Amino acid sequence: MTAARRRWRRSALPGFGLSLGVTLSWLSAIVLIPLAALALRPWELGPAGLWASIADPRVLAALRLSFGAALAAAAINLPLGLLLAWVLVRYDFPGRRLADAMVDLPFALPTAVAGVALTALYAPNGWLGAPLAEAFGWRIAFTPVGILIALVFIGLPFVVRTVEPVLRDLPSEAEEAAATLGATRLQTLRRVVLPALAPALLTGFGLAFGRAVGEYGSVIFIAGNLPMRTEIAPLLIVVRLEEFDYAGAAAVGLAMLVLAFAILLLVNLLQRLLRPWAARA
Amino acid sequence: MTRPETTIRPPPGEAPRTGVTRRGALAGLTALAGASGAAAQGATTLLNVSYDPTREFYREFNAAFAEHWRAQSGRAVRINTSHGGSGRQARAVIDGLEADVVSLALAYDIDSIADRGLIAADWQSRLPQQSAPCTSTIVFLVRKGNPKSIRDWGDLAKPGISVITPNPKTSGGARWNYLAAWAWAQRQPGGKPEEYIARLYRNVPVLDTGARGSTTTFAQRGLGDVLLAWENEAHLALKEIGEGQFEIVTPSLSILAEPPVAVVDRIVDRRGTRAVAEAYLRHLYDPEGQRLAVKHFYRPRDAAVAEANAARFPRLDLVTIADLGGWREVQRRHFAEGASFDRLYRPGR
Amino acid sequence: MTAVPRPAAEDAAWARLAAIGAAILVFGLLFLLPLLAVFVEALRRGLDPALAAIADPDSLAAIRLTLLVAAISVPVNMLGGVAAAWCIAKFDFPGKRLLTTLIELPFAVSPVISGLVWVLLFGAQGWFGPWLQEHGLRIVFALPGMVLATVFVTFPYVARTLIPLMQDQGREEEEAAATLGASGFQTFRRVTLPNIRWALLSGVLLCNARAMGEFGAVSVVSGHVRGQTNTMPLHIEILYNEYQFVGAFAVAALLALLALLTLGAKLLLERLTGRRAAVHA
Repeated sequence: MTAARRRWRRSALPGFGLSLGVTLSWLSAIVLIPLAALALRPWELGPAGLWASIADPRVLAALRLSFGAALAAAAINLPLGLLLAWVLVRYDFPGRRLADAMVDLPFALPTAVAGVALTALYAPNGWLGAPLAEAFGWRIAFTPVGILIALVFIGLPFVVRTVEPVLRDLPSEAEEAAATLGATRLQTLRRVVLPALAPALLTGFGLAFGRAVGEYGSVIFIAGNLPMRTEIAPLLIVVRLEEFDYAGAAAVGLAMLVLAFAILLLVNLLQRLLRPWAARA
Repeated sequence: MTRPETTIRPPPGEAPRTGVTRRGALAGLTALAGASGAAAQGATTLLNVSYDPTREFYREFNAAFAEHWRAQSGRAVRINTSHGGSGRQARAVIDGLEADVVSLALAYDIDSIADRGLIAADWQSRLPQQSAPCTSTIVFLVRKGNPKSIRDWGDLAKPGISVITPNPKTSGGARWNYLAAWAWAQRQPGGKPEEYIARLYRNVPVLDTGARGSTTTFAQRGLGDVLLAWENEAHLALKEIGEGQFEIVTPSLSILAEPPVAVVDRIVDRRGTRAVAEAYLRHLYDPEGQRLAVKHFYRPRDAAVAEANAARFPRLDLVTIADLGGWREVQRRHFAEGASFDRLYRPGR
Repeated sequence: MTAVPRPAAEDAAWARLAAIGAAILVFGLLFLLPLLAVFVEALRRGLDPALAAIADPDSLAAIRLTLLVAAISVPVNMLGGVAAAWCIAKFDFPGKRLLTTLIELPFAVSPVISGLVWVLLFGAQGWFGPWLQEHGLRIVFALPGMVLATVFVTFPYVARTLIPLMQDQGREEEEAAATLGASGFQTFRRVTLPNIRWALLSGVLLCNARAMGEFGAVSVVSGHVRGQTNTMPLHIEILYNEYQFVGAFAVAALLALLALLTLGAKLLLERLTGRRAAVHA
């Protein structure tokens, strides 16, 4: 493929104009124009007012919680997702296919249902909450830990689903070669398998994080919603709306959007840096 | 999506289905929305946008009013309802939800709608009793046998007591709770309401977004020693969730909660439903409406009905919102961004 | 289905068992238990009250509306997703990476914002609100708004499942077809579609599952009018708030059942085709 051809549409295939046109109108109508409305609204407050409504301690605390919990949940999802993907791809056991299909459950289960179910489980009088409270004195529902559990739940399939195909397509030769050359299994995993999976793991991390940071339906039931402690940023948007403060609500929304986008860009960048490493392995 | 809905007008001169091709996706979607309504054919429909705890009451009252209206005018009417947090509901109406009447938790929320020109500014004087056909108050719901001996507001701020109340920023009921506590503290010798409120809210482990959420947290999740609740909600919770598990404690002083109702002028004039909407609200004041209100543990305005049900509602001192300066003042002083709730709320460690 | 045994790269038996055990634990705690809780709560008083709650006219209206919203949103996103995948996978053009990122953007947007943007655009106080009111058109608090919010939330699913696959498959087959004189549409139907149909279906199924279960976004643009603008997730919240816990969990169980059905359909697809062979050929 020549450089000139790589630059622009000089492909033998037809349909470029049509498909790009459809894509752009679809994208603009559904995503870009609405988000532009969100991005422009807070400026009615003026730059100072916009800054004030974001720099409010309660807003900062909520943003810290939302982003901290989402990052933590995505980080927890890395080993959990890797484990599930590994077991589903590499091992055969009864019910494997069923388990494989069930991984998508959090995609499919309505978030409100997930929230109510998780709260019922982890509340101080729930199936899991009661024994945990009794044995260790742990409180899970209505604390940041509860938020974390809900976010892990909704984010896990993203990691499994991005790692699974890569793991499946991983050529076995590299692993075999490493083993033949005398590497222990653990070394093989660390030096050969993990680097190859790293880009996929990062993609999964990014997706799980993105989904978790804005999550509302499942978290709201289990969070406790105490300002400064367990109040997530999306709830604060709702609170601003209740005060008829559209610009303030849009300001928090805009802050979330910019932050989330920045983190996702960072993940993308990291992924590009990792790619040569993965290719070498 | 099966029965055509007559009250939402499809574009004039067009059948809903053909709209899809003729006027593009936007009109098509709107037409589909028109076709998706579930109104009985030929009947007028009213939309009553209300707050959370009135669901059970309006379900019965709507049926009663439909009978009443049929007897009076010979026409059928179907009343649709929407329930949610009072503030959220007011915002929905402001944003374009076509409510013929609103029945909300606070006059402030209706004022907010009036500020946008949807309701006449003098709405509160158009119906008797400041447009609040019944009243309620704030009481305590405690666990069976009152193990923490909670008798009055002072007990709530003691260390080791866990209080469940919703977030005053998102819940109308929670604002009444807050104001009742404030009013009590103000009337104590050397009363320092700020300090009391700060201590009280340090005892709150969960701030749900609505009154119903708080009740569920208290009753179903087993959290907290005491729930601050509307009187009617407390009775309903007793009846629905846990007869024999909870007790109602009436404090020495509380607040006279007056949930108001109003016709949304701009909507009824456009839809031509003013007559039936006004009759609907007036029927709330009729003996039938008042009796239904009592049945659902709202305090009636009608003297005769009140007399007959005196035993149902314990007497207590009630301050009014006017005593506290009226809703606009209260909102500014207590619930606006950076006002007393924001300043005093310091969650305990 | 799983890879051929590769002794040199095989895990020790104990490691295998430990991994499977850990995976089952994660699975049970995170996925099965919440699901089980939903069904147990729904059937707490036996089957009849649960069925009665579902047969209630308001519940039926909610079910119908949910299916209608999904039936409109999913095809829209399917069309857009296929178009986007076609132009991104089969052509090179400047800004391609940006376009890919923008398509994934809705994943990172909080559902609350996904609803809010439509209110900012089409609400009575929004950009187009007054114009819409003059013309008697309703978007928010009616079906169109709920469809728009759902389309926004489920926007990336189809495109995201298709793009990597179509990139993997390359362009040679399509180019050959085009060279032989096939029109663009013929090429797509005869060559591309058979290659991607299973991935397309699985993307559509996920998109559909999410469309039926969305809560946060739809909640902002629905007027919550019983029997009219309540979808199933919203109806669950209403029933829950009316202390009709059996009813709430019964509708939730039905929704979960629909989700499981979706996953089951996906599983069946895979079994019928030996997906791995078809997709990763």
